[in-house]
Amino acid sequence: MENNTAVINLKNITKHYEMGSQLVRALDGINIEVKRNEYLAFVGSSGSGKSTMLNILGCLDRPTSGQYHLNGKNVAELYQNDLSEIRNLEIGFIFQSFNLLPRADALNNVMQPLVYRNIGFHNRRKMAMEALTRVGLKERVDHLPNQLSGGQRQRVAIARALVTQPSILLADEPTGNLDSKTTLEIMELFDELHKEGHTVIVVTHEEEIAQHCRRVVEMRDGKIFSDNDSEEKANLAGV
Amino acid sequence: MFFSLIESLRSALAAIFANRLRSFLTTLGIIIGVASVIAVVSVTGGMSAFIGDSFASLGADSLTIRSYTPFEDLMKGIRSRLTPNDLELIEKRGEGIASVTPVLEANRSSQIKYGPQTAYSLIMGTTYAYQDVAQSYTQIGRFLAQSDNLTRRRVVVIGEDVRENLNLPDNPINEYVELSGEWFKIVGLLEPMGDIMGQSRDNIVLIPYSTMVSILGNQSRIDIGIQLSLTPTASLENVVSQLTTILRSAHDLGSNEDDDFRIQTAEQLMEQFDQILGTLTMVIGGIVSISLLVGGIGIMNIMLVSVTERTREIGICKAIGAKSNHILMQFLIEATLLSLLGGLIGLLSGYGLGMLIANSIPDFPPASVPLWAALLALGFSGFVGILFGILPAAKAARLDPIDALRYE
Ligand SMILES: Nc1ncnc2c1ncn2[C@@H]1O[C@H](COP(=O)(O)OP(=O)(O)OP(=O)(O)O)[C@@H](O)[C@H]1O
Ligand SMILES: [Mg+2]
Repeated sequence: MENNTAVINLKNITKHYEMGSQLVRALDGINIEVKRNEYLAFVGSSGSGKSTMLNILGCLDRPTSGQYHLNGKNVAELYQNDLSEIRNLEIGFIFQSFNLLPRADALNNVMQPLVYRNIGFHNRRKMAMEALTRVGLKERVDHLPNQLSGGQRQRVAIARALVTQPSILLADEPTGNLDSKTTLEIMELFDELHKEGHTVIVVTHEEEIAQHCRRVVEMRDGKIFSDNDSEEKANLAGV
Repeated sequence: MFFSLIESLRSALAAIFANRLRSFLTTLGIIIGVASVIAVVSVTGGMSAFIGDSFASLGADSLTIRSYTPFEDLMKGIRSRLTPNDLELIEKRGEGIASVTPVLEANRSSQIKYGPQTAYSLIMGTTYAYQDVAQSYTQIGRFLAQSDNLTRRRVVVIGEDVRENLNLPDNPINEYVELSGEWFKIVGLLEPMGDIMGQSRDNIVLIPYSTMVSILGNQSRIDIGIQLSLTPTASLENVVSQLTTILRSAHDLGSNEDDDFRIQTAEQLMEQFDQILGTLTMVIGGIVSISLLVGGIGIMNIMLVSVTERTREIGICKAIGAKSNHILMQFLIEATLLSLLGGLIGLLSGYGLGMLIANSIPDFPPASVPLWAALLALGFSGFVGILFGILPAAKAARLDPIDALRYE
């Protein structure tokens, strides 16, 4: 696998919200490149724009201005239906609050993204079973979300993100609702997925979690405050 | 699209059954609308099939002529009449006629007695030709004969109801009954004819025409009916116009005067009945459209609530790749399915209700739902579901994923 290809390339991305007369600059001129198989953490204080950033990376939200190239394709100006397709094909999103379908069991939750690819039931089931086995939930496939523990729910959500074999995994505070032991288990799962070749981007405000990641980007007031990747480069250049 | 459609169908069913009570209450408007219509249609459907059969048994090629007095004349005390003279003219000059018989009815039910038993029945004076014209034959004994008429014999042919009402033996031949103070010998028992529009055709007493005339006395005032049947080759139209000419000239009617008689065919009776049924059907149609409209609004209302409740779910689906049309189909299918299920329940309960009604009225024909009515009811409920599902489904499909996910 080529490690140098840029999966994500943001140029001058801004996201503004108008709150009455006030203009909130949730993102304010972001430039960043993420390569294949990177393991990256966005950190920063509350309100610094991490979630906004991840939503734009995940094509859930559209920037106010700027260019976003995902696998070389500019997706900043696409319509909602095209974005749906990109989310389905390229992105695996993991949320803090799990966001599982409450009336569907674990298996059906994991199969759901494949429905939108119009894959037949038997293949859907096979692929979903593989993903659930991968996250260690083989025994719980027929449980509803409310019959699972928080950690198990997040595993289902990770399986759902994995099942489409996306080019990036995005996780917004994936352990925010979990205790420290479960947090560690989930982070170990992310470590393994990274080792298997996945590109993993995590938003967190916990130091221990960021330590799992090779690259840590700190945000402040909608801007990138520090990025240890560019520091390394600068260091290398300086030597 | 195919597999995602199947999945939409499955999850729509799951959603409907997850909220069983609510789904049921939502479709109640449709259920009641469809049920009431199907109940009425199944009852009238059975009735019209039955009445159609009855009319056919009257004989499609038979005619009845009766006098007709316009209302103004009635007020002036003038009465139109058909006389034995008219009958004679028709017998002599009519063409295409197989048999003719006069029918002289007492103008109200008359008393008839057998031993201690008394009954009331329609008494008709007629001739041997009546059996062919009215297709009414005896099961035991004989019909009135020509000689009965010539000699004014006091004989009587009775219907099955009369025999029962008077407690006559199974074979009543040669028993005597009392009619307006005179004794009549029973010579024949008619085959049962059944009902027509709820009226029994077996409560009938036939005596020779001339005997009837003598019982009624005052010959100059009698007003007879004439029944005739056509030869197989005769055209109904020709016979009717010919009879009209004969009777108009016999009654000295000027060209500007209306007929003082009416010629009725079994077909005309049938048409009149069909007309009544048609009007009834239209009224029912109106009720249906209103109730389906109300039912549809009920479904739209609940679907809008359901879209709001499931905003987060819609957001999740969009986040993992659902396009607008996936969401649109999901809710449209759910609304249509809901409405179709309502239609189906309505159809079944309406049919049940119809059977209950038909069974609770004695001698009423069994309920039957014509296929077109069942298909129309289902088609309409499906259509209502689509029509009133569009708005909620479009609302769901338009949701922005990020807003939907943030919805609390
Ligand atoms: N829909 C919105 N409308 C208005 N302002 C918004 C909206 N979403 C985010 N913001 C604002 O944008 C800024 C960045 O928000 P964001 O959710 O990205 O922060 P965050 O870094 O994820 O914070 P936290 O760590 O608390 O989750 C905040 O000031 C927030 O108030
Ligand atoms: Mg956040």
